[in-house]
Amino acid sequence: MNKPIYGVIAEFDGPNELVRAARAAREKGYRKLDAYTPFPVEELTEALHLHKNRLPLIVLIGGILGGLTGYLLQYYVTVIYFPINIAGRPLHSWPAYIIITFELTILFASIASVLGLFALCGLPMPYHPVFNVPRFALASRNRFFLCIEATDPLFDIQGTCSFLETLEPREVSEVAP
Amino acid sequence: MADEQQVIDKPRPREIIAPGYTFGTVTDQIATVVLTKKTPLFWFVGFGVGFSLLLVFLWAVVVLFAKGVGIWGIRTPVMWGFAITNFVWWIGIGHAGTLISAILLLLNQRWRNSINRFAEAMTLFAVACAGMFPILHLGRPWLAYWLFPYPNTMGVQPNFRSPLVWDVFAVSTYATVSLMFWYVGLIPDLATLRDRTASRMPRFIYGIMAMGWRGSARHWSVYETASLLLAGLATPLVLSVHTVVSFDFTIAIVPGWHSTFFPPYFVAGAIYSGFAMVMALAIPLRAAYGLEGLITDKHLDNSAKVMLATGLIVAYAYIMEAFTAWYTGNVYEHDAIWHRMTGPYKYSYWFLVTCNIIAPQFLWSKKIRSKPALLFVSSIVVLIGMWLERYVIIVSSLAQDFLVSSWGIFQATRWDWATYLGTIGLFLFLFFLFIRLLPMISIFEVRTLLPQAKIEEEV
Repeated sequence: MNKPIYGVIAEFDGPNELVRAARAAREKGYRKLDAYTPFPVEELTEALHLHKNRLPLIVLIGGILGGLTGYLLQYYVTVIYFPINIAGRPLHSWPAYIIITFELTILFASIASVLGLFALCGLPMPYHPVFNVPRFALASRNRFFLCIEATDPLFDIQGTCSFLETLEPREVSEVAP
Repeated sequence: MADEQQVIDKPRPREIIAPGYTFGTVTDQIATVVLTKKTPLFWFVGFGVGFSLLLVFLWAVVVLFAKGVGIWGIRTPVMWGFAITNFVWWIGIGHAGTLISAILLLLNQRWRNSINRFAEAMTLFAVACAGMFPILHLGRPWLAYWLFPYPNTMGVQPNFRSPLVWDVFAVSTYATVSLMFWYVGLIPDLATLRDRTASRMPRFIYGIMAMGWRGSARHWSVYETASLLLAGLATPLVLSVHTVVSFDFTIAIVPGWHSTFFPPYFVAGAIYSGFAMVMALAIPLRAAYGLEGLITDKHLDNSAKVMLATGLIVAYAYIMEAFTAWYTGNVYEHDAIWHRMTGPYKYSYWFLVTCNIIAPQFLWSKKIRSKPALLFVSSIVVLIGMWLERYVIIVSSLAQDFLVSSWGIFQATRWDWATYLGTIGLFLFLFFLFIRLLPMISIFEVRTLLPQAKIEEEV
């Protein structure tokens, strides 16, 4: 192979063309694919065979941790650290703990979902090879891109480029690493 | 989806996005408001008003810090006065933003896509204004961190059995979650601004804030999961926040406060005033920026309907309040309502009934709902009415509770007014900065509303 590149990228006019192209590339046997769109296109998840993500699990763990933190914090403070007897009420007054337990569950779960989103997406990532394609700036406006990465076993520049050309894109360009 | 196709064939005024938009024009129209070098006169006027009132706020706060809360009209027995009224009013306004961004997302109400961004911003800024009041009301605001449990040398801790401490957790959680939800929603649009701007500095700043978002399908699928999860978390949260706010009253034994229907009543009232604020902001904004194609009459119509529905719940609550006071046979409860209706605060009470119950009945008419100017007026009326509602609940109950010998009348001072108007200034100041610096409509969510965004299934 020639000089190393990240992959080749094809630009499409609409989400329909992109989804069709993604399915065709998948059928052809390409596996290291990614699509870039200006808004979420649900069909791509299925067309690219994206795995279910593990975000819900992360959020669940966050929520459980939050609930435990909230309850144990209040238990520790009112029963162990700073017990005050007010009119003979029990120190472990669990009904009063419910609200803060609930709020901290939500807080921790929300923080977990945002941090989990960043972690699973690998953000922040200021540099990425696809940004080298000048027309890629339109991916956040009105163009749809399909990238076949060089790590794909079937990848060779000539063959992949001509394959992408058959999908009737506006333009096919190489992506510098 | 199918009805959207018809909409494009036959453009009608009651659709959620005007026909003829493309992905490009939607992007440009919303992004230009931010990226243009020319700032419209309208913006300077609004920002100027906000900034002037913000200075009034700073002045009032400096005087408050120097002299103490005695500059306000709070005297025994009415120790809550304006501060808590304003707190409840502002936090209620914020609730509509979360309702639009979270609850309507879960309910798959696609019309929300073009109003959720600025409604969420409204939430954030309203919560910021709300948060000011309990802190300023502390007397020694610089010790506000004592509200949180932390290991300290004084050996004391907050009382977790107090609704006021619950409030600290509820409001701070609400502020944090709203901020995160808003920021996550902004990321794809920040990437758009990064790619659209021609100048170096904005590209750098938007680029840093967008964190390298590139619209990858892998990212979008995680992103959609995250949005749904955050919406699912924010929904019970928003209901809990105003419930906890109402606990500040119901857990006390003051007549007129101690009642079980406060939580749903407060939540409905919050959404009522919040939608009024959404309309009060949306109507001038869309006129000033020519966004009638994106924030259509349909949006105003829907918001007016939500306002009418929540207004009816509030009306029901007023009736039940009087009914339970009579039905309990409790002389204090009975007198509390009676004083409200006929006592020193009767003008406020009947004025709020007019604003909150009678005025919104005009919204039954489709003709009135299709006139933005009238909707604007009615939303201002509701905002005033809901402020008075909190004022009457708080002040009249405290002024005349159990013992006649301990009764007293609340008289607001100019510092009360200065602080209140000042937070309106803070709100406007932040809001106008927001519409100048960030896209006020969610660009990527509006793109999904376009008929072109629909994927045709292959046979």
